[in-house]
Amino acid sequence: MYTFSNKLKTFSIILMVLGLLGVGYGFMTSHKSFEEVEHLLATEEAHHGGGHAEEAAHSESSKDAHAAQDDHGQEIHAEGNAHQEHVEHVQHQIANRPWAAIYVAAFFFMMIALGVLAFYAIQIASQAGWSPVLFRVMEAITAYLLPGALIVVIIAVASGTIGHYNLFIWMDPDVVAHDKLIQGKAGWLNLTGFVIRALIFIGGWSFYRYISRKYSIAQDTAEDNSNFKKAFRWSAGFLVFFIYTESMMSWDWIMSVDPHWFSTLFGWYVFASMFVSGITVIALMSIYLKSRGYLEFVNENHLHDVAKFMFAMSIFWTYLWFSQFMLIWYSNIPEEVTYFVSRFNDYKLPFLGMVVLNFVFPILMLMNADYKRIPWFVVLTGLVILLGHYIDIFNMIMPATVGDRWFIGIPEISSILLFAGLFIFVVFTALTKAPLLVKRYPFKKESEEFHY
Amino acid sequence: MEASKVIHAIYTDDDILMSAVKKVKAERHHIEEIYTPFPVHGLDKAMGLAPTRIAITSFMYGLVGLTVAIVMMNYIMIDDWPQNIGGKPSFSYLENMPAFVPIMFELTVFFAAHLMVITFYLRSKMWPFKKAENPDPRTTDDHFLMEVAVHGNEKDLTDLLKKTGAVEINLIDKAH
Repeated sequence: MYTFSNKLKTFSIILMVLGLLGVGYGFMTSHKSFEEVEHLLATEEAHHGGGHAEEAAHSESSKDAHAAQDDHGQEIHAEGNAHQEHVEHVQHQIANRPWAAIYVAAFFFMMIALGVLAFYAIQIASQAGWSPVLFRVMEAITAYLLPGALIVVIIAVASGTIGHYNLFIWMDPDVVAHDKLIQGKAGWLNLTGFVIRALIFIGGWSFYRYISRKYSIAQDTAEDNSNFKKAFRWSAGFLVFFIYTESMMSWDWIMSVDPHWFSTLFGWYVFASMFVSGITVIALMSIYLKSRGYLEFVNENHLHDVAKFMFAMSIFWTYLWFSQFMLIWYSNIPEEVTYFVSRFNDYKLPFLGMVVLNFVFPILMLMNADYKRIPWFVVLTGLVILLGHYIDIFNMIMPATVGDRWFIGIPEISSILLFAGLFIFVVFTALTKAPLLVKRYPFKKESEEFHY
Repeated sequence: MEASKVIHAIYTDDDILMSAVKKVKAERHHIEEIYTPFPVHGLDKAMGLAPTRIAITSFMYGLVGLTVAIVMMNYIMIDDWPQNIGGKPSFSYLENMPAFVPIMFELTVFFAAHLMVITFYLRSKMWPFKKAENPDPRTTDDHFLMEVAVHGNEKDLTDLLKKTGAVEINLIDKAH
């Protein structure tokens, strides 16, 4: 049995407190008045060389408009409106930032748990022989799924009710009224449907998590393999349910922040990200527990296989990332391509940087078979992969919510700390609830003697 | 110097062969070669063979393939005959690069895989029309053959091999 050390518990609570403070600070400072934003924009423009020329052109055209008074009266009015709209737009983006920051972090940690749940179901459904020694670690990580997913949905719904539509503009009836495309999608994109679907997704996932955990623990003291057989059937069924709901979840919770945009492989793309992040966390947690003297039955052969998955899924993620990008780039349809235009214009560093973190780095670090067996090597690569996939989610949410007003500062880092603390707290608490080895699982012995 | 006399011990099961290899190694006899009808997992380690370096050659062939793809596409699509396909800018390699990525990938894999296999054949001294070195045709069917060097310890060795489960033991004089 594992005991949750006080040191780690205190650490997780400190993370949560620090995170909460920072998130609170982010929300407190995100409400800028119209004048403040106007001033901010004016100083920014003064800093840019290009801004000057544009400003000059502006004032000239307004002088012209003044000269030809009556005819162009309408135009001046329109221009004043455009200025006001721009300032309000930026004001809104600044207000969105803490919402988007907390949403990205909440989703990131939820997706780790969900990825591990899918991985766990695959292990049981495929009757894998190498992994059963890691089952209890996986079960502990998936304990975060229920609270984590509920938090994501609560943030999403709160942004559209107590907030000012800070994440999903389709929740704003004013926007929908003026937008033909969103009106056409209103049958799917409406708050009631969003909540109902979210509850179905979370209910199904949590139900599988509950029932597989129940059978897993019952199997420890069982006389025969009947619990395993039941878990096998539920796992196979869950995987079908999962791939549909995961895909729909990715449309609802992520893709709909850009309600005009669509990509048919988006579900797979998000899945690749959550799968590789989840597997990485399994590796990191196993190495951590082993360094604390637990999991004596886990050795470098198991680490080797987990690292192989990290390597393979990093390539899989890149394949999907590139497939999505290249088809849209090549066909160049305005509705689709704006997604990547905004990323190349305003997010060049995170957008291209994540390909280095998620692809180039892992492929070079983990290609050699011997390196997959060295714990510190896997830890180093794993941390980079996690950072890269955080930025991946960041790139999915931020351009639609804060536009070019992004930065990884106090709101973003505090949100990560908050959910990292909660994640550690929930996961390690769940880890204390059951023995660390599945005692009577039919493939236990094969797993213990697994040899590469 | 290669031993002029060798013993050919024949086995009929890969598990028995594996344990025999371990016993023979433990007795510090020199195993010259083993002929098997299929690859036996872990046999190289049991025999104490040096780890293969073929993965390193494969990596280098992959890099060669990647380079070939980059240079080739630059020559075909940018330098020699720029083509306007789908309105994509055809005078800049960098801006056209996404279209070339599938080719880079394919040629990397093509070079890595094919050249690695060819290297493997050459390293194993296998080429077309080569006469088989295989001492006993049954090793291409269902028998395993272990070739052990003899240095005046024929009797010990024969006893040992019999104990490990060899179904047939032949003394071969290699000197002609």
